[in-house]
Amino acid sequence: MSDLSRLAALVSRADALYRDYRLTAVRDWKSRTGGLAVGFLPIYVPRELLHAQGVLPVGVMGGRDDLEIIKGDAYYQSYICHIPRSTIELGLNGSLDCLDGLLFPAICDVIRNLSGMWQMLFPAMLVRYLDVPQNFDPGIGGAFYRHELEQLTRDLTARGAAAFDADRLRRSIALYNEDRRLVRELYALRRRQPWKVPTHELYVMLRAALVLPVEASTPMFREYLELADRDETRKPLDQARVLLTGSFCEQPPIGLIKTLERAGCYIVDDDFVQVHRFIRSDIPIEGDPIENLVRAFLNDAVASPTRYIDAGVKGEDLKHHMAESGAEGVLFCSASFCDPALLDQPMLVKAVEREGIPWTAFKFAENSGQFQVIREQAGTFADSIKLWSGA
Amino acid sequence: MTPTTTGAASREAQKDTSQVRQKTMIARHFDRLAAAPETGEKNCYTFVPGNLTELLLAFDMLPVLPEINALQSGMRGKSAEYISIAEKLGHSEDVCTYVKSDIGMLKSGNIGPTGQRLPNPDLLLLSYTGCFTFVKWFELLREEYHCPVAMLHVPYQADGKITDAMRQYVVDQLRGTIIPMLEKISGKPYDEDRLKACLELSARAEDDLVFVLQSAKHRPSPIDAYFGAVYYVGPIFSSFRGTSEAVDYYRELRSEIDERMRLGKGPVTPDGDMPAERYRIVVEGPPNWTSFRQFWKMFSDEGAVSVASTYTKVGGVYDMGFRHDPSRPLETMAEYCLGCYTNLSLPARIDLLTRYVSEYHADGFLINSVKSCNSFSAGQLHILREVEARSGRPGGFIESDLVDPRYFSAANIKNRLESYFQMLEQKRAGRVS
Repeated sequence: MSDLSRLAALVSRADALYRDYRLTAVRDWKSRTGGLAVGFLPIYVPRELLHAQGVLPVGVMGGRDDLEIIKGDAYYQSYICHIPRSTIELGLNGSLDCLDGLLFPAICDVIRNLSGMWQMLFPAMLVRYLDVPQNFDPGIGGAFYRHELEQLTRDLTARGAAAFDADRLRRSIALYNEDRRLVRELYALRRRQPWKVPTHELYVMLRAALVLPVEASTPMFREYLELADRDETRKPLDQARVLLTGSFCEQPPIGLIKTLERAGCYIVDDDFVQVHRFIRSDIPIEGDPIENLVRAFLNDAVASPTRYIDAGVKGEDLKHHMAESGAEGVLFCSASFCDPALLDQPMLVKAVEREGIPWTAFKFAENSGQFQVIREQAGTFADSIKLWSGA
Repeated sequence: MTPTTTGAASREAQKDTSQVRQKTMIARHFDRLAAAPETGEKNCYTFVPGNLTELLLAFDMLPVLPEINALQSGMRGKSAEYISIAEKLGHSEDVCTYVKSDIGMLKSGNIGPTGQRLPNPDLLLLSYTGCFTFVKWFELLREEYHCPVAMLHVPYQADGKITDAMRQYVVDQLRGTIIPMLEKISGKPYDEDRLKACLELSARAEDDLVFVLQSAKHRPSPIDAYFGAVYYVGPIFSSFRGTSEAVDYYRELRSEIDERMRLGKGPVTPDGDMPAERYRIVVEGPPNWTSFRQFWKMFSDEGAVSVASTYTKVGGVYDMGFRHDPSRPLETMAEYCLGCYTNLSLPARIDLLTRYVSEYHADGFLINSVKSCNSFSAGQLHILREVEARSGRPGGFIESDLVDPRYFSAANIKNRLESYFQMLEQKRAGRVS
């Protein structure tokens, strides 16, 4: 098989995994291994901890425009974002019945309250609200987070997962370090040569990895990286380099990402499917592995809008990403009614304006089906960058 | 989250002695705030849920509650303009209108509810209790005021209980972060005996508040536990918990309510005493403030009395037994924060509402779902179904907002309420027949 065919097949397989609401890959894994599968909502959980106990962590990112919401809408008012209603829909229609549990990280009030609904709607499942500290002192917030993680390991064991073992956790951390390293390389390649790594392809890779064991996602990332890098048929176009931010929880439809690319934007950085990049660098393997997970969260996590920024200036992280990616413009692309993103936006806009970088903003829902207005907006934005930027 | 008595509703309402006393207390507090730049008194902006008023008092710091300022802006007809200012500055139409009203007020000179200018904060005490928006709100204010922020993260009671780890986490923050910051800002050392004395006063006031709230079990209820009670919880939710003024206020209020019960009187409404109690209702969710009086009248005109509400528990669920305990000062403050209503899990909220319907012999319960507040609103349709199923009493659902008048559709809400009350009447008739 030629490289081109291999690349196409790889992307096609990832796309199929991304589109499979029934989580067939998870079901297959469970029947092969007899292990537990535990889902998690955005943005971040320490997957290493689950993996070390023989549990498959499964990312649950809501629905798309092809999911008809029949029951989910009956649970939410019109002014609540879309991801909880599609998650409820997937729960009630049986798509998630292969999951033995679901983790709800502390990111906003909607996901928080969804955890309580899930407790009541699916009493057979392990339902855990993973409270993460907003105090970043290792002796205070770190101690609390450590307790949360230790409680999670006990809950998993009580459900039939392997008992906690420090050496197994060290091995899991090493595996996820490699997985994250490859994702960072993919992002780096896209920054250097965005035409080699179209974002709509990268995106389905990131999504596919959410339903695969790390032993399978790492080779997938590696193969995609090699094939995309080698593909000389992909040539640069005269597109504007943009950084996209605000899509860290509810995900935009893939059609929206393609629309932005077709409108003349190279997305050179983003916050999609952020679990793969929430921890910025390798987590140490030596020493106390749970403490290493704790310290990584406290000291080496991205400046997510869901975290209180207790030191420095709001927008510093975005400024760093703009510089690193060479972005010529910023797209604020948030889900409608997303409190963390939309409340953060005025502060980030200020940071972008301080740098003299142009920006534009629009909102989406995961089931948006019409992109004409956004296409025109993004196209105009890209044109203005090409016409009027200092380059 | 509670109004002072300077709003439009109270201007025309009958005033009991306790109300006059509350008004005086609030006026004095805002006088002190207005004079703070000259007197040098330090102030601290903070939130109602999880407020640490006793601790602030122990450092002689004056609390400022931006939520209350925002709702006051709503009652005074200012919030539409303030929200508009914030939206022009780039704040999304989708987010909390308390935040936008506060930002707009700040940009308009920071004139508080008494018409006096509020001082800039010496400290933003970010008590992140039951509402994620609080975090963003004070990040936004920090950019405006360039002042220190002290974060107190209160974990969520996801499994319906306070664990030792949760309590310890909050205590560690109080001891390791909050108190040192208060010492630095106030220039005064931590005095635990003084804190204990304040907490002792808190517990006394809390006893009397609970008596008042639970008086609604009486028929007819001498209070309206939603609209009327937002005034009753005012002092204890805001700047006065832990003071002898609050103790005196609640003692007086208790005496007034006791007397109403003795005389068989119903609650005071915007039009005076309610003549007859036709429907006893439990209410979930915050009120709308821009049309507060109109909203209240939609109930009182129909003879509907709120006998219990969850909104009046956002600053503490005292009626379920919690009291500040001076013998464990930091632990008791931690438990207070952890126990505020919006920090309870959804199943715990459902349990509480169901209990209210039963214990207060309610005919039904109503949810006022506000667009601004995901902490309250996300999951309320599930709450509706569950409480209906468990209590056997019909639920009603209306939608509005806190302080954005664009989301208060009077005709629509009135229509829904009338239909709801008619349904209650029919069900009652059905039960009788």
